[in-house]
Amino acid sequence: MLKIDYKETSLHRVGEFGIESAIRVLGFSSIGFVLLIFYFLLREGLPIFYEVPLSNFFGTRWYPTFALFGTMPLVLGSALVTITAIIISVPLGVATAVFVGEVAPDWAREILKPMIEVLAGIPSVVLGFFGMNFVAPFIRETLGAPTGLTVFAGGLILAYMALPTIISVAEDALDTIPESYRDAGLAMGATRWQTIWRVVVPAARSGIIVAVMLGIGRAIGETMVVMMVTGNAARMPLGLDSLFRPARTMTATIAAEMGEVAQGGVHYHALFGIGIILFLITFIINLTAASSIFSKRRRGGLR
Amino acid sequence: MVFGWLLLGMICLIAACKPQQSSSNKPAISVQTIENKGSDTLVNLALSWAETYMQQNPEVRISVTGGGTGTGIAAMINGTVNIANASREMTPEEIAAAEANGIKPVEFAVARDAIAVVVNPSNPVNRLTLQQLSSIYTGEIINWKEVGGEDRPIVLLSRESNSGTYVYFLENVIRSGNKESDLLFSPDTLLMPSSEGISVEVRQNPNALGYDGLGYVTADQKVLAVAKNTRSPYVLPMIETVNDRSYPISRPLYVYTAGEPTGQVRTYLDWVLGDGQTLVSKLGFVPLN
Repeated sequence: MLKIDYKETSLHRVGEFGIESAIRVLGFSSIGFVLLIFYFLLREGLPIFYEVPLSNFFGTRWYPTFALFGTMPLVLGSALVTITAIIISVPLGVATAVFVGEVAPDWAREILKPMIEVLAGIPSVVLGFFGMNFVAPFIRETLGAPTGLTVFAGGLILAYMALPTIISVAEDALDTIPESYRDAGLAMGATRWQTIWRVVVPAARSGIIVAVMLGIGRAIGETMVVMMVTGNAARMPLGLDSLFRPARTMTATIAAEMGEVAQGGVHYHALFGIGIILFLITFIINLTAASSIFSKRRRGGLR
Repeated sequence: MVFGWLLLGMICLIAACKPQQSSSNKPAISVQTIENKGSDTLVNLALSWAETYMQQNPEVRISVTGGGTGTGIAAMINGTVNIANASREMTPEEIAAAEANGIKPVEFAVARDAIAVVVNPSNPVNRLTLQQLSSIYTGEIINWKEVGGEDRPIVLLSRESNSGTYVYFLENVIRSGNKESDLLFSPDTLLMPSSEGISVEVRQNPNALGYDGLGYVTADQKVLAVAKNTRSPYVLPMIETVNDRSYPISRPLYVYTAGEPTGQVRTYLDWVLGDGQTLVSKLGFVPLN
């Protein structure tokens, strides 16, 4: 009896060890994959920095076929499209989250929440096609721009794509605020609006910032839609009218040109160089978000 | 950590084994597959050749994909396709890359194509000279009224830079065939990822000016007549005008094979250059001779 018992425990231990190490392998391998991707990105992209002078790589004309690799129009194009999307989607998204989480009656919430999640599932190419055929002509006709394939059209559709993310994450953040906060606010004589705006939203601020950052991440990395609706003209978006002019983004450039380049050529390295820039930008955004969340936590989440 | 690397190593091993297996399986298959990839201009023609040929020769399977001339040639150099469709000649760099890979590309002209210049049907402009087109596409002329149209801004449309049509248009229209010239497309040019993108915008936007292969022009776009210079006649692109070379923007279309083709690929290309030519004019291109 005792012998069998001992055997069972050792089997048990072996099994446990197996499962534990399997989980460890999976955990470490995901870090390994990220490191490998980063290594690959650097290996393919860094050569561009000594193959062409920096003044060329950070110049203002992107003409890879003729050895002009100025990435500035692409960086600014991406920035402008993303900022437009953020300006449209953040107020709308946070307000919707507050409405769904705090104001709407239960039956309305039951309908709204699944509908918002369905929005997130629309494939981007469908939205791009919609943008090309309906949004772009609408912008041209109502705003009098020469063409509707503009930064604004891209920003509008990206905002629409970022909305479900922002709404669901922000709504979850509001959901975690204890009921006692609201009770306390109301007991102090605050109106419902004051309670929501001065107590609940600030308390959920770190979660709302995460929501906004995830939304920005979605917008800056999106490729298909911007390729279809922003017109892909690599011009410097400096004038005041740039919002209603075409632009070319980093992601669309990589997607449109990667199929054509000779592997290991200068153009190929330049596209990976853009990848490095894009990676650095998203990395900085994530870092800022993380640090702002941590500093808020230390202060207890309330101002 | 060690486990992680082991797992990665395994994945790499699996990936490394795969091509060997498939290549050792190939001779066992009785139906031969011809992979055909490249120019989006040629893709519809190549598809209809392939379909007709496969009906007559069921022992051959031909798969045709687009993606652009550069994509097709790169795939031919990497050895993943048998035939690359090209709407331009291979560049010296591409030939060097092929030779570095131990491949000597062989060129076949298979049809002729005219590049049509298109505008919205509501645009009153009917004709342009090559010089005017060049000035418009470099951003010198920015309003339709400068070329006899309404007072509207010109919205320039072009294919992406991986398209053979783009390179041809740049060299022969914008630079007027002058090899010394360093003129470029205006940075305001909208680069559309597909022919469909150009046709949608031209159909909807009265400001638009675009160009594309004649085989892609749909009835809801207006084709402009083009003159070589102010003294020569304005000519609309049609099969007759392309064949007698009076339409100034036309070019040969090519396919490339890695080395002299043999076996089924050879038989297929012989058919394309012979009986296959009857399909060419049905798709809006111009047959050889």
